[in-house]
Amino acid sequence: MNGNQTCNHEPSNQRAYQREVKILSKQTNDVEKINYILATDCGSTTSKARLFGKKNGQYRYLTSGEAPTTVEAPYENVTLGVSNAVREIEELTGRKLLSENGIITPAQGNEGVDLYVTTSSAGGGLQMMVAGVVRTMTAESAERAALGAGAIVMDVLSYHDERPVYEKIQRIRELRPDMIMIAGGVDGGSVSHVSEITELIAAAEPKARLGIGYELPVIYAGNVDVREHVSKVLGKKFVLKIVDNVRSELEAERVGPARDAVHELFMEHVMSHAPGYDKLMKWTPVPIMPTPAAEGTMFRTLAEMRNLNVIGVGLGGATTNVYSVYDTKFVRTVSANLGMSYSICNVMKQAGLPNILRWIPFDMNEDELCDTLRNKMIRPTTIPETLEELLVEHAVAREAIRLGFEHHKSHARSLRGVQRKRGVADVFDQGMGLESYINMKRINMIAGTGGLLSHAPRRVQAAMILIDAFQPEGVTRLAQDSVFMMPHLGVLSTIHKAAALEIFELDCLVRIGTCIAAKIEKDTEKLAQIDITMPDGKTRTEEILRGEIRVIPIPSGEEVEINIEPSKACDFGEGPGREVHTKTEGGEVGLILDGRGRPVVLPEDSGERAMMLLKWFTALNAYPAGSDKGGSQ
Amino acid sequence: MALAYSPGLKVKELTVIRKTRLLPLPGQILVKEGDSVSWNTQVATTKVPGDVQTIPASAVLTVEPEDLKMYMKKKEGDRVEKQEIVCMRSSFFGLSKAFCNSSIAGTLDLISETSGQITIKGDPIDIYLDAYIPGRVVKVIPEQGVEIETPAGYLQGIFGIGGEAHGQITVVSKSPADILSADEISSDGKGKVLIGGSSVTIQALNKAVEVGASGIVVGGIDGKALRQFLGYEIGVAITGQEQKGLTLIATEGFGKMPMSNGTFSLMKSFEGMEAALNGATQIRAGVLRPEVIVPKPQSSTTQSQSDERSTSIQKGMEPGMQVRIIRKPHFGAIGTVASLPIDLKRVSSESEVRVMEVKLTDGSIVSVPRANVEIIEE
Repeated sequence: MNGNQTCNHEPSNQRAYQREVKILSKQTNDVEKINYILATDCGSTTSKARLFGKKNGQYRYLTSGEAPTTVEAPYENVTLGVSNAVREIEELTGRKLLSENGIITPAQGNEGVDLYVTTSSAGGGLQMMVAGVVRTMTAESAERAALGAGAIVMDVLSYHDERPVYEKIQRIRELRPDMIMIAGGVDGGSVSHVSEITELIAAAEPKARLGIGYELPVIYAGNVDVREHVSKVLGKKFVLKIVDNVRSELEAERVGPARDAVHELFMEHVMSHAPGYDKLMKWTPVPIMPTPAAEGTMFRTLAEMRNLNVIGVGLGGATTNVYSVYDTKFVRTVSANLGMSYSICNVMKQAGLPNILRWIPFDMNEDELCDTLRNKMIRPTTIPETLEELLVEHAVAREAIRLGFEHHKSHARSLRGVQRKRGVADVFDQGMGLESYINMKRINMIAGTGGLLSHAPRRVQAAMILIDAFQPEGVTRLAQDSVFMMPHLGVLSTIHKAAALEIFELDCLVRIGTCIAAKIEKDTEKLAQIDITMPDGKTRTEEILRGEIRVIPIPSGEEVEINIEPSKACDFGEGPGREVHTKTEGGEVGLILDGRGRPVVLPEDSGERAMMLLKWFTALNAYPAGSDKGGSQ
Repeated sequence: MALAYSPGLKVKELTVIRKTRLLPLPGQILVKEGDSVSWNTQVATTKVPGDVQTIPASAVLTVEPEDLKMYMKKKEGDRVEKQEIVCMRSSFFGLSKAFCNSSIAGTLDLISETSGQITIKGDPIDIYLDAYIPGRVVKVIPEQGVEIETPAGYLQGIFGIGGEAHGQITVVSKSPADILSADEISSDGKGKVLIGGSSVTIQALNKAVEVGASGIVVGGIDGKALRQFLGYEIGVAITGQEQKGLTLIATEGFGKMPMSNGTFSLMKSFEGMEAALNGATQIRAGVLRPEVIVPKPQSSTTQSQSDERSTSIQKGMEPGMQVRIIRKPHFGAIGTVASLPIDLKRVSSESEVRVMEVKLTDGSIVSVPRANVEIIEE
């Protein structure tokens, strides 16, 4: 962070939720009496139920149930899918959880739970349009506020964007957002531009997708001097909420109030109009959280607990959510149209077929790949049964995460528009190419969640996907959400933080291991020598060789000391040729010595590429033998 | 996981179809409950906002925004005609004039003393909603729309493009496995809904547009042909707005996929009958599947589409039910549920999932992830 910028560490969304929580059950007021907790997540594809309970005085994960989400036609009632998922848990445990009125609370004997919480991204999640004056300043800050609240930003309008007025109006009418946020102008600054944006939106008369009876919420988070005019222009047509300016001055961004307003309006307006949510809201005393908000809460918790720089990814069916906690600054982005089912063809479009094919270790022509992905798009709840199809989906996952991270880095930057001894007039001349502040060498941990990663048959597959997508440098720990429960724990943490943290540590976070990789300045055969001092004091010496990737098994829970002596041209985090001495931990995979360099480059020739991939997969025992064009059993 | 399954696509010889026709904005309903309508009867109307013009008036007149009203020739709410002057400033004793005129006819909506901008809203545009299917109006939703009901044959596709269309069913391909090619389409296809087999070529798509066919229904869509036809690659399955002169519906998926025998036979039984079809597909945020409706007003049935759906939701999956496998390696195979083991099973990808045992038509039994089947509803 530059010295002359301030970037407030925004209060987490937990504060807004804590204010909103109305505990209806006397028992839930006393968290010590909570023995059984049920949490669900209504995803865009699948509703996932998780049962937690006290065992030997500790809160533990017990079991899961999953079922297709039923917010869509013909069901149009999200509680059906939730009930189906919960019924699975009933079958597995013999514990009755459902009644005619929803979830049985409190727990008594072999029935019910003491607390039920839920998250949701069903129905496409919260879809917002954002508008500001300057795309790279106030509009961007407003976008960050919206993303920070777990929204999907459908479009960003700005006064200075190149589209003519009639195109902007047409776009506003086409979008049909759930909510709109307007920002613009520092306090005391120019009033005309943000006024024009506001008038444009009023003139366009945007309609929400949620039907005729839905009043569209609009949040105004711009120049305070324009508030009266905004109220006059928008107050009668929309549900208007006015909050503090996201950029009251150019040097400071304050997105917390705007983000909290998104949450409040999401609950009061958006959720209450989504099919079946009015019923679901009655089932739980805790406000329903958007899934990205809940996921982000747990990634942030992870970083704070361990005092680490963390990158997290939630790879879902419709969206890819990326989170970073870097030098305590938390950024969340939701890549709305990158996912593994609904939007899998968007990944194909944006990444390009060659970028997906490069990760597939067998011959597959482009048409075959396209049809495979298109069929997944139109049948999103299906799962890969054959090894071949699994490899294809894992290839797409790498690209979805890579693209999501590119999007994330475009937001994880220093504030634009901040001037040092220059006038405001120079703002528009400021270079557009400010790099992200994220330095991969300083990332301590990368963690993943989401159906595909959590359900990868071998943990090493998730590890490889994370490594190939993010391409960490230096010494980076890898972790994985065991069965996809981070959103569940995120919302649970708003009411029972201790339980959430306990389950997180004991059952959720799977330590996969540590990736050790270098940026190579000049090609060399031996990249480094590593001395690994095991917990029993014995030292083991290994080499990292160019082009190789291999595993040193170190079990979970074991910490080792490593000393890396790089060759002159290799940078393992401290600079080219500089020694690295640190501690790290093992995991279900262990230490992954990655000598492939950064970026990872694959041969252009498909045959050579397949051989190389197979060599890597074999070295890591990532897939069953015969991972060339594995047939089904 | 008895209830955790994907609903199958509907293929019904006769059912009661109820369609809800809704206006995009509150408006006026033109029919009443009990009325008989044909597919092109206008059932409702409303006005949608017209064009909007914003004029940077204070900049043009070089005055401060707060002074703009002094130079206005019109006030908020006034009618404005195309090219009419709405504000003017004279200077140098009238020798120099700056003015703004409206490029559209409409209403002066806003004179902003904050931005200096004038907003003119164009005259609203009347839109009419037709019935889409012939039948009887069974419900009026005031200001919003109507529900129309008719006995009909019904087919849901898996994916489509293009919006509502109508035409006579004409089976072109001789078998469900045949590819519909251009030389099978002639000028006789004008206004018709052409039924193909396993796929359709790009040449056939273009020929169908050329002859004025209303729609094409096939088993599989060649993705490359679709990309050429549309001019772009589909990113998400949200369609229906394409203006390509043709509604295209696939019943099985992407690639060369023979139409299922049951569906093909049903289409043959509908030969010569009028159909309403809609290629609109939306897999997310409100699932829509493309459809073909063949009204049979002279038939009667008490079985309704909505009743069947709610029944199937409640029943869940049971042994003996007919299912279709919708993912490799047995894509397209039809069988009956033999059993529903509770325990997880390891499949060839090494994933551990809940499966069902399916007895295929050749008598063999295969184990299939429960997520990879759809129920064939009788």
